[in-house]
Amino acid sequence: MILDIIISGLISGSVYAILAIGFSLIFGVARIVNIAHTAFYMLAAYGIYFGTHKLGFHPLWCMLASVILVTSFGLIVYKLFIDPIREHEAAVLICTIAMAIAMQEIMILLFTGDYLSVPALIGGFFKILGVKVFYQQLLTFGLALLILGALRTMLMKTRLGLAIRSTAQDREVANLMGIDESRAAMITMGITVGLAGLAGAVVVPLTILQPFMWMHPLIMMMAVVVLGGLGSLKGSFVGAYMLGFAEALVVFLIPKGAFLKGSVALSVMILVLLIRPEGLFGVSFEEER
Amino acid sequence: MIMGFLAFYLRQLYSIVRNEILVLPSRVVVVLFFLFLILLPLFYKDPYVFRILIQASIFAIFAASWDLLSGFTGQMNFGHALFFGVGAYTAALLNLHFHVPPWGTIPLGALAAVLAGLLIGIPCLRLKGTYLALTTLAFPIILMGIVFSLPGITGGELGVSGIRRLSGSRMSDYYISAVLMLGLTTLMWKITDSKTGIIFHAIREDELAVRASGINTTRYKLLAFCLSGFFAGLSGGLYAHFMRIAGPSTLEVGLSFTVVIWSVFGGIVTIYGPVAAVFILFPLLEFLHFWPEYRTLMFAVVILVILLYMPEGLIPWVRDKMEKQCPRCKLRNVAFRKTCRVCTASLE
Repeated sequence: MILDIIISGLISGSVYAILAIGFSLIFGVARIVNIAHTAFYMLAAYGIYFGTHKLGFHPLWCMLASVILVTSFGLIVYKLFIDPIREHEAAVLICTIAMAIAMQEIMILLFTGDYLSVPALIGGFFKILGVKVFYQQLLTFGLALLILGALRTMLMKTRLGLAIRSTAQDREVANLMGIDESRAAMITMGITVGLAGLAGAVVVPLTILQPFMWMHPLIMMMAVVVLGGLGSLKGSFVGAYMLGFAEALVVFLIPKGAFLKGSVALSVMILVLLIRPEGLFGVSFEEER
Repeated sequence: MIMGFLAFYLRQLYSIVRNEILVLPSRVVVVLFFLFLILLPLFYKDPYVFRILIQASIFAIFAASWDLLSGFTGQMNFGHALFFGVGAYTAALLNLHFHVPPWGTIPLGALAAVLAGLLIGIPCLRLKGTYLALTTLAFPIILMGIVFSLPGITGGELGVSGIRRLSGSRMSDYYISAVLMLGLTTLMWKITDSKTGIIFHAIREDELAVRASGINTTRYKLLAFCLSGFFAGLSGGLYAHFMRIAGPSTLEVGLSFTVVIWSVFGGIVTIYGPVAAVFILFPLLEFLHFWPEYRTLMFAVVILVILLYMPEGLIPWVRDKMEKQCPRCKLRNVAFRKTCRVCTASLE
């Protein structure tokens, strides 16, 4: 029981962390509340299903290909639909909502609304204290940590990371310092969509594929971002594991917990916000005027 | 004597129509819309069309209430379905268990939604902008979890069914919802035009400046939450009694998003924009029923394409094409006039 909770909390926590960091990056750099963020996650998952089941490739190649395809698709929609109306925040908002709905509908048309699944990258399991631990679970967790580590190195150590961080902090000053703001936004969009695709790719063998699978992670991701503090990577990381474990605890300990898991996790978020309105690690900036 | 009064009022009506309404195309459209909704049942009797119009009226109230809160005060609410759901469930439960008739349950449901507005308004008002938007998203989902975990009271997934109809017939249903819609949206529009509405505007533009002018912005934001909750709760109650079911679909994330789509599509900070958007998009969605599998996809594509060309929203775009503002006295004029209709300043 305890081990189940730990495994499930760690895995969903790391997936939420990847998603939430991407979401808060694109919000910080380009001021886009990207509702379609988890729709890209769904898209990558379906891409892998298509590659393994319909084309018969090895899952690993499908993963790589679908992440690349989803990233380029994300950049294309960004150029086509979001970039022309970026000054109008409300319009961008419903633009991303409409995009997410459109993707969901296209997936229903292509793959029907049935529940699908994808084979594990590596099969088999071992037992600790009588609990089955699948190798795939370990692999997912390891890959998620690897992605998070690589992202952190990229943001903290490279010039590109510096540009992204400074644009997120103050767009105008970054522009004055010679950072091409719209290019930074474009690159960040690519990175975040790629992150969403990677999250989908690593978690797909453990979940069920269905066209509405973007809804729940979307809500949890937003909760994580608010809980950790917008724009704080550390906050998103900690918040993701908090909510991941909160969900796991509710599912395993409370009867009918599956219905309540969202409610409890979101209540945790609201409780934290009551005490710290700017989130756990958020810094309350002077509001822009 | 009586004839004299009648002639006087008729002449006054004539002068209002001529000098206030006919001068601006937007006002003509609004008057025609009122007349159309009220007179339609005299000429046309297809119950299916009226079913769509009733639903559109109910959702128009709902969308306008979102605009009242999020458009005017700028407090983005992503969980507006909470008010709708609370209104619907309260009305349904009161009707089912205490046999309160619809004219009692709908206002009580709205009051419950006001309470919900207070309840979420108090913690949320410490938050700003995107934080607020993302936090409000959580509340309907929390309530939905509670609904699912108490199937004994709320019916769980199936919802509360077997409640009374709004009234005896489809036509009286139509008149109740259409007249309520026209009345309530006019009321909302009046509120936004009043002093309170100006403060709402100012809070969106610059909250710090409003505070510096000695206005308690928290109180006004809470007022906006309550007002918006009231109207959304009314529409939720109407919906429950019209559909005769209050299910978890009234609390879905999808509904919260849909109301945002309607409002932004029609143009926020207008009240009439969301109403018009619902009356355009809702029948459109029904019309797309002929291709059920492509329906939602086409809906999304229409919105994406229209937003590319009119990011301010459809109705303000149309209005700007038809009318322009006088640079001197700020009154609106028909686009083809050369000089202002009041101060005769050149409009070029």
